[in-house]
Amino acid sequence: MAKLLAITIIVIAVLSAIPIVAHIWEPPADVARHGPAIDRQTDETMWEAGLCFLAGQIVLAIFIWKYAGRGRDRKIGYFPGGGRGLVIAAFLIVGTEVLALGAVGTKSWGNIYFTPIGPEAMPVQVQAGQFAFYFRYPGPDGKFGPIHPQLISEANENFFGLDTQNDAASRDDIVTAEMAIPVDREIHLLMHSKDLGHSFYVPALRIQQDFVPGLDLSIHFTADKIGRYEIVCTQLCGLGHYNMKAYLEVMSEQDFNDWLKKEAALQ
Amino acid sequence: MPVIVDDTRQVNAPARLTHGRGGYGPFSPGNDRLHTLEGSSPPPANTAIWVGIAAIVMMFAGFTSALVVRQGAGMDWQHLALPPILLFNTIVLLASSVTLELFRRGLPSRSTGALASLQAKPYWLYGTLALGLVFVIGQYQAWLALNREGLYVSTNPNCSFFYVLTGVHAAHVLGGLGGLVYIIMKFRSRQLRRSAFSTAATYWHFMDVLWIYLLALLWLKL
Amino acid sequence: MNDAHAHVTLHHGPPQSFIRKYVFSLDHKVIGKQYYGLGLLAVFIGMILSWIMRLHLGWTNLAIPGLDLLSKNGAPGGILTPEYYLELMTMHGTIMVFFVLTVAPFAAFGNFFLPIQVGAEDMPFPHFNMMSFWVTFVAFCVLISSFFVGDGPPLAGWTSYAPLSAVGAVAGPGQGTGQVLWACSIGLFCIGQLLGSLNFIPTTLDLRAKGMTFTRMPFTVWAWFITSCMGLTAFAVLMPACILLIMDHLAGTSFFIASNLVVSDQLQPHSGGSTLLWQHLFWFFGHPEVYIAIVPAMGIVSHILVTSMRRAMISFNAIVGSMIALAFLSYMVYGHHMFVSGMNPVSSLVFSFPTLIITIPSTILVLIWLGSIYQSRLRITTPSLFCLGFISMFITGGVSGFFLAQPPVDIMLHATYFVVGHFHFVMAVAAIFGIFAGTYFWFPKMFGRMMSERLGKIHFWLTFVGVYCIFMPFHYLGIAGNVRRYQAFVDDYTLHLIPVHQFITVAALFTGGVQLIFLYNLIHSRFWGEPAPDNPWEGTSLEWTIPSPPPFDNFGGRHPIVYHDPFQYGVRTASGADYIMQDSPEQAALESSPTS
Repeated sequence: MAKLLAITIIVIAVLSAIPIVAHIWEPPADVARHGPAIDRQTDETMWEAGLCFLAGQIVLAIFIWKYAGRGRDRKIGYFPGGGRGLVIAAFLIVGTEVLALGAVGTKSWGNIYFTPIGPEAMPVQVQAGQFAFYFRYPGPDGKFGPIHPQLISEANENFFGLDTQNDAASRDDIVTAEMAIPVDREIHLLMHSKDLGHSFYVPALRIQQDFVPGLDLSIHFTADKIGRYEIVCTQLCGLGHYNMKAYLEVMSEQDFNDWLKKEAALQ
Repeated sequence: MPVIVDDTRQVNAPARLTHGRGGYGPFSPGNDRLHTLEGSSPPPANTAIWVGIAAIVMMFAGFTSALVVRQGAGMDWQHLALPPILLFNTIVLLASSVTLELFRRGLPSRSTGALASLQAKPYWLYGTLALGLVFVIGQYQAWLALNREGLYVSTNPNCSFFYVLTGVHAAHVLGGLGGLVYIIMKFRSRQLRRSAFSTAATYWHFMDVLWIYLLALLWLKL
Repeated sequence: MNDAHAHVTLHHGPPQSFIRKYVFSLDHKVIGKQYYGLGLLAVFIGMILSWIMRLHLGWTNLAIPGLDLLSKNGAPGGILTPEYYLELMTMHGTIMVFFVLTVAPFAAFGNFFLPIQVGAEDMPFPHFNMMSFWVTFVAFCVLISSFFVGDGPPLAGWTSYAPLSAVGAVAGPGQGTGQVLWACSIGLFCIGQLLGSLNFIPTTLDLRAKGMTFTRMPFTVWAWFITSCMGLTAFAVLMPACILLIMDHLAGTSFFIASNLVVSDQLQPHSGGSTLLWQHLFWFFGHPEVYIAIVPAMGIVSHILVTSMRRAMISFNAIVGSMIALAFLSYMVYGHHMFVSGMNPVSSLVFSFPTLIITIPSTILVLIWLGSIYQSRLRITTPSLFCLGFISMFITGGVSGFFLAQPPVDIMLHATYFVVGHFHFVMAVAAIFGIFAGTYFWFPKMFGRMMSERLGKIHFWLTFVGVYCIFMPFHYLGIAGNVRRYQAFVDDYTLHLIPVHQFITVAALFTGGVQLIFLYNLIHSRFWGEPAPDNPWEGTSLEWTIPSPPPFDNFGGRHPIVYHDPFQYGVRTASGADYIMQDSPEQAALESSPTS
């Protein structure tokens, strides 16, 4: 039975590794400028984690094969280096690996969160609410009009609670249900939650950021490739959470300007 | 019959004892010879009360951090004038600790073998109980004082924390009063163990310390 | 007055009435069994909930017969509504984490065996101990009642993030009464656990038998002691969180609800609360909680492995030190659940370092276990099979944690099935394997009968392969970006993953069905199993020195004296056995040379 267990463990370990090695189920292709750093780090981690996983399972299997059922006539031995050796090994191997990844990670994290927003970045606001994302562009005046919560109404399609009568800045704001951005242009995404916790996840853009009700936060990114991508909500927000999504269209500068003009006309 | 029973025993103890002797002696190194570890373990109640106190400290640490974060988060922090009766309540609570210690003085000390004399009088103990009740009633009066000013639990966050912190503390004081009632009953039936008394006393004094901390927190933060 | 007789009977005599024997028992062994029964009931309920979830995920429009009897609104015609899926999911997580993983390895086995393993006749406060079980039981009933009261259980997940969990029924079905019942249940649970810690810690510190120093305590005693210390501090922070949540619901306060929130077109009359405050309080508890779930299982596995390998672990200090290090570090890492939560990104980096460091004690444990199996005399029994399975699970689950510990990698994997795969392996399955190992190992002692080895091995094999089939694919789903807590998959980029979900569902139903073999084995052996000897596994710790099952006062009135640590294996003894019990004065001559 021990030998069978050893073989089973190895078979399971190898079978588990196959989909990874064969890249059967992969995330959507990366289209973000900061994306390659994240993907490199994930690959690096996969190598180390994968090796540790395989090594651990194989050693376990070998030891079960060799040492199960040994009789009293066989000497009880000590692993070379003993307990102390293994503790030192753990500190050295894991410690260096871990700190190395941590140090590299600091850099890619910093790229996303600690770099200043460029002066040419285009501001777009996204509002999350049960169960849809809405987007707002500031229009020619470059300013977002104030949000009046008491005016927010799904029924009246006043998603942002804008008061175009009294707030000049609101009059040229463009509210859309799809997000479009020009390619190769830095975007400054202002995130606002209308009601509860939500999250903004665009796998292709290598971005995930929670909305915090009561706290207006922002992230910035640049898309490198034209295409149509999905934005999905990843923080449980109620019964429609599974269906809370929007599309992100990355377009050429020209196409984007045309699109924006079209949307402005529909306000 | 003895007024109070000691729970520490010598090594040759009769069979019906609870706690063993393995405890706080020096570590015996790994050479398997039998070591007679001298000395006795503390009664479990003494350990347990500190376990309980640790939990209560963590609980109020949780409340404290909630208060600090909440104060930083909202723009709606308005200064709350603490009702003056709190000062009176504080003095009452501290006095109740004093009376408890006065009762302890009256107990036969450990070293005297003769336990037959009934020198300990229960009056200080009753006094502690009474003062404790006065404290709780006084806290309720503080709540009423705030109500009279139109400050209820949901009026603003300062009020919310005031009611929550004083309420939870008062609930623990009521628990302590329950413990004092138990002590009184055991004392009257001459079954009071020293460890039970010292446990209750430690808890009661901790209620004082906790209250001083909360009062300082409320005064500084609210 | 003669001091020796001037004592008060400090402990209870043997129970007389049925109620005292089986219902409101003061005996730690009965309380342990009651906890085990509660854990067993909870795990079957939790598992059935997971079956329903998995069926729905694989085949969204499937009508599940009988489900409309449980809830007409939640499953009209037997087809789960989106909200009911989330409600079942919330209850699955809550029941499993609290009422299975905290109850079984810690409260059940700990209550039964901690006093025995230290040589005591019972815990020091049997009344508190009894209250601890009944408070936990009432907490369970309060939680389950949410199925039948109001508009159903809450749907905010076992993590119950605010403001969804705080604003009330306006946010969705079950968020009114259901959420309040949830918070009350968890608050009661915290009290039950505190009453437990009030017993565990003084038992370990003060009731040890003569000669039982800290270095002679079995690994299980260390694990239960460390877990009680964690439970004490962690549950004590969850309680205020639940109290504040209840107040937001019932007292109109705004601890967690920010200003100007418009839910379902209604402006909420709350202001100034902090969304992230709930997350900080919850995860300060939540991370130690997952170690509370796993450390007892580590202790149980280490303890059983020593007996099965017929040798001591190659380093006692490394095992115990690592468990202590895990407990200590567990308080510093909680922010890794919040990397993208909107907290300061600097904090995310700060939390990621201890999270990476905590890999080290986990690795030490695995290396010591493996290094001890090296050149040992490993016996293959059902308990030892589950221990070996535990090691395999723990390696797998631990390695996936490596990804989640790094904030940039977590950007892609947060809130995906990768996380779900990670915690199911490292917490759920590994801990359950620890519970199984403990059950098969200690059943003879607890009930005086052996469980069927044949059925046990079948149970092991099918479960071991089964859980890998269920949970390994979760990692692939997560890498592909499949988001968790969805009741159906409608996004373009995940449509091709639905067959994987169907595979998982089939595996889950099969593996769940296999657990009926375990249940049958438990019940059949309880009444008709082979009578068990006092020491069927040739163990050395104190539980094997007393009859199976033990008398009500464990040691029959005598006070054991401990001469050794519980690792005297591979020794030459006068009787020819290869082990020496802890309470035997015999000195060991280590086997000096092999005969072959």
